[in-house]
Amino acid sequence: MKVRVLILPKRGLLDPEGRAVKEMLLDGGFDVKDVKVGKVVELEVGEGTDIKALVEKYLVNPLVEEYVIE
Amino acid sequence: MKFAVCVFPGSNCDYDTYYVIRDLLGQDVSFVDHNTKRLNGFDCVVLPGGFSFGDYLRAGVLASKTPLGNAIVEYAQKGGLVLGICNGFQILTELHLLPGVLLRNENLTFLCKDVYLRVENNSLPFTRRFEKGEVIKLPIAHGEGRYYVPEEELRSMEEGGQIVLRYCDEKGNINSQANPNGSLYNIAGICNKEGNVFGLMPHPERACEDLLGYRDGIILWHSLVA
Repeated sequence: MKVRVLILPKRGLLDPEGRAVKEMLLDGGFDVKDVKVGKVVELEVGEGTDIKALVEKYLVNPLVEEYVIE
Repeated sequence: MKFAVCVFPGSNCDYDTYYVIRDLLGQDVSFVDHNTKRLNGFDCVVLPGGFSFGDYLRAGVLASKTPLGNAIVEYAQKGGLVLGICNGFQILTELHLLPGVLLRNENLTFLCKDVYLRVENNSLPFTRRFEKGEVIKLPIAHGEGRYYVPEEELRSMEEGGQIVLRYCDEKGNINSQANPNGSLYNIAGICNKEGNVFGLMPHPERACEDLLGYRDGIILWHSLVA
């Protein structure tokens, strides 16, 4: 089973990487309201794997990150 | 005292730390690698700076999932002294031995410079040779040193004396100009509630000899063996 986990900085937290990208895009003349830079982890796991436990225990820090499992 | 210096793949301040403990403090010291399952017979365990597992995923997280990570938690929960420097501090937060997290520096640059710090708590085994409120100078070298913790926890940390070092100017003023990385509340070093686990972003092991132009780092190490 293939799983994709999208990890993003939590809303409201300072995301300097997103801010830098946003400023670059604004300088380039694009109308950009917000940018967040996160990461993608692709997993191939056995059936019945507890993906939520795997993600919450290992892949994200819930203090500062949120995630979506695809 | 018998010290352990933890070595993870990517630790790079391990030999500096070992040198300070053995040659400058004259104490017994051993390296322990990331597969070590038990930390028995040590008086202090040090997690040195570096880039454990290449900082992949998040700084410190992969190191925290090793057998040595578990052994450090067990050792700390029994009251053992644990000191985490830079990447070691990041690992201690990922182990949940210390609250909060260390994020990318606000300005996105890797910082390698001297900073001034104010000693906010000198009652710890790590800081007892400093004066409370003393301003000291240590070097920093990190890309992910912006300390963050939710507001409520910050308040309880403050009340519990868990904020040990804060970035300041030469005169000891805490302000945003003296904050190199955007850390919340100018925090540079914290301890756990019990005071036996201490993590800091600056490098005391690089500030131990007059030859290098520093004298404040060695005071921290002397505090431990006092």
